[in-house]
Amino acid sequence: MKHLLGIADLDASELDHLLGLTDHFVEVSRRRMPKVPALQGRTVCWLFYEDSTRTKLSFEQAAKRLSADTLNFTVSSSSVRKGESLRDTVETIEAMGVDAIVVRHGSAGVPTQVSRWVSASVVNAGDGWHEHPTQALLDCYTIREQLGSLDGTRIAIVGDIAHSRVARSDVWAFTKLGAEVTLVAPTTLLPPSLDGWPVRVDQSLDRVLPHVDVVYLLRMQQERMTEALLPTLREYTARWGLTRRRVDQLAEKAIVMHPGPMNRGVEIAADVADLPRAVVIDQVRNGVAVRMAVLYELLGAGSIVVTDPKEIRVPEVNT
Amino acid sequence: MNLPKVVIRGGRVVDRSGERTADVAIDGGRIVAVDTNLAPGSGDLVLDAAGCLVMPGFVDVHAHLRQPGKEEAETIETGARAAALGGYTCIVAMPNTTPAIDSAGVVREVLELGRDTCCDVRTSAAITVGRAGQQLTPMAELAELGVRLFTDDGSGVQDVRLMRRAMEYARGLDVTLAQHCEDEALSAGGHMNEGVVSARLGIPGQPAEAEELMVMRDIALARLTGAKVHFQHLSTAGSIAMVRAAKGGGLNVTCEATPHHFTLTDERCSGFDPVFKVNPPLRTAGDVAAVRAGLADGSIDCIATDHAPHAPEEKERPFDQAPPGMLGLETALGLALTHLDVTPGQLVGLLSSRPAAIVGVSEQHGGPVAAGRPANLCVVDPAASWAVDADALASRSRNTPFAGMKLNGQVRHTLLWGEPVVRDGEAQR
Repeated sequence: MKHLLGIADLDASELDHLLGLTDHFVEVSRRRMPKVPALQGRTVCWLFYEDSTRTKLSFEQAAKRLSADTLNFTVSSSSVRKGESLRDTVETIEAMGVDAIVVRHGSAGVPTQVSRWVSASVVNAGDGWHEHPTQALLDCYTIREQLGSLDGTRIAIVGDIAHSRVARSDVWAFTKLGAEVTLVAPTTLLPPSLDGWPVRVDQSLDRVLPHVDVVYLLRMQQERMTEALLPTLREYTARWGLTRRRVDQLAEKAIVMHPGPMNRGVEIAADVADLPRAVVIDQVRNGVAVRMAVLYELLGAGSIVVTDPKEIRVPEVNT
Repeated sequence: MNLPKVVIRGGRVVDRSGERTADVAIDGGRIVAVDTNLAPGSGDLVLDAAGCLVMPGFVDVHAHLRQPGKEEAETIETGARAAALGGYTCIVAMPNTTPAIDSAGVVREVLELGRDTCCDVRTSAAITVGRAGQQLTPMAELAELGVRLFTDDGSGVQDVRLMRRAMEYARGLDVTLAQHCEDEALSAGGHMNEGVVSARLGIPGQPAEAEELMVMRDIALARLTGAKVHFQHLSTAGSIAMVRAAKGGGLNVTCEATPHHFTLTDERCSGFDPVFKVNPPLRTAGDVAAVRAGLADGSIDCIATDHAPHAPEEKERPFDQAPPGMLGLETALGLALTHLDVTPGQLVGLLSSRPAAIVGVSEQHGGPVAAGRPANLCVVDPAASWAVDADALASRSRNTPFAGMKLNGQVRHTLLWGEPVVRDGEAQR
């Protein structure tokens, strides 16, 4: 794998491979010294055009645990403010000698564009409403960890699907791995067309909840109100929020997921977020291992021909 | 200017009256004879047209020449050269320059800059001052300078009351109002066609209805005012159906479609390359089929390029930040010959006679190819097969969405007032 630009480009075996690799890094993360020299001498650059605390920290932690060197391109203090083009920026970064560029941008497709201009590997850390592939991978990993498998798992994705890169990655990842996905949202927050999406749609969260293994809540953004997509947040919460009362409709083993940051009291009630079945913290924890797997796959395993992912050995640290 | 006599030999002459094998003799900027076996005199320039179509030069009612203001993307000179290489003898500049073409001064400047180029450069002018949609331009004064087409192209006139007044005023001046149809309240924030592809890519879209609402509105206004209204770059099946019906009802409306809208779909945006970003956006396969059908059955009057050069760095921005627009002048003929099911006679109508009539240049352009007529002609080899090479284009910009595409049909010679401005596919100045 050269780049990770989106889940739509991957097939089930590639997803399986990355999740299998993640197992090894989960193991590494549990060690007393959770660090391996796998990417020693490799340099990863963060190119974040959009604020992101969690994703960036998670990638940073992943890179450090792999012993990669990291460079930080801070947009606010850079020449982007002086009008430098995107292409000039990434070519400049590459000339300094980086092996991977991790891109977060508010516009869909920027990581794909960047991948055409550089020879370094490009990782999409979220682009506009398009994709957020490492989020989908950590979501899949978490579901596997909690429920054993995605195959046949029934998942409801609830909320602002239209403007969600998480949904666009999760739908592909979940369904490619055999899950049945139902989108639950007011019609204004569904994409303009769902042709070709392997999903069902339902307007009623109450109808869907008793029949799912996973309820995946998306963040509801305040600005949707000003765009006449919703009358009020109150109405949204009343119909599509996961309230304490609604949680009781879930099957006993069903889990609640959220990509963060949560709006407690909007899409998820405060006390629901703290229930044991809410695995938000597990998602965050797995995010580091998943991002280690992705960076290792793109930068570390490239020269090794591996047919069976189980044969990949993470180098041990000599202590 | 002392031009040699020219004889175009061995071609098949095509105009709206039909096709015939004949030589064309030219003297003093005019056609002097169209007949078989015309013997060239000594010193006459003989242009070989064996296997070729000899047609009236093409007329583009919709070209963005970027001058004044964006000379790094195109100049009137380079745009005119690109046009001549594409077989055009007349192009109409769009007014969305900086400053906008909305005053006598800018109209004069554009016409002056066009004077010694390879093409007969005409200009449109804006309907509203600064294309801001607030106040009418001095249309009567601009019409006296030769402006025949008024448009705020780049955007449509949003205010329906203002558009009504513009139509009423234009009717009295016998000029045509051309509209870029886009209801901005509905299209706002949209960077491609809204539909299956935009939903998948997560790129905000604009629905076909944003175009169709303004087509519908302006058909109603044309009925109300009796003005001559021309619809620019129609891209949806619904728009074409409405214009077809309006014409059937006897309204004085015309319309154009672009080569990219009869060849490319919104699937092309899948790689997030802004070279495929254009406004109106690339639509669905059904819309492409409707544009082709409209061109074939005459519902669409003409092919217009909407030639829209942008400097490379402008198209290397994120998809939703890059400006819309594509090059068109040098590829229109090849795309038409390759992808449209029309006869050479129909092609003359679509590329030459009808657009010439719409912009009021029929005295000089659009044929027929007959003795006494101005020698504004092009000679086309319909069998020549070539691949579009962005770097080989004469335009100052490189933003063609057709790079690498194989096309049939190439311009061999273009004659402007009897002068071969393009000879054997090479611009002569």
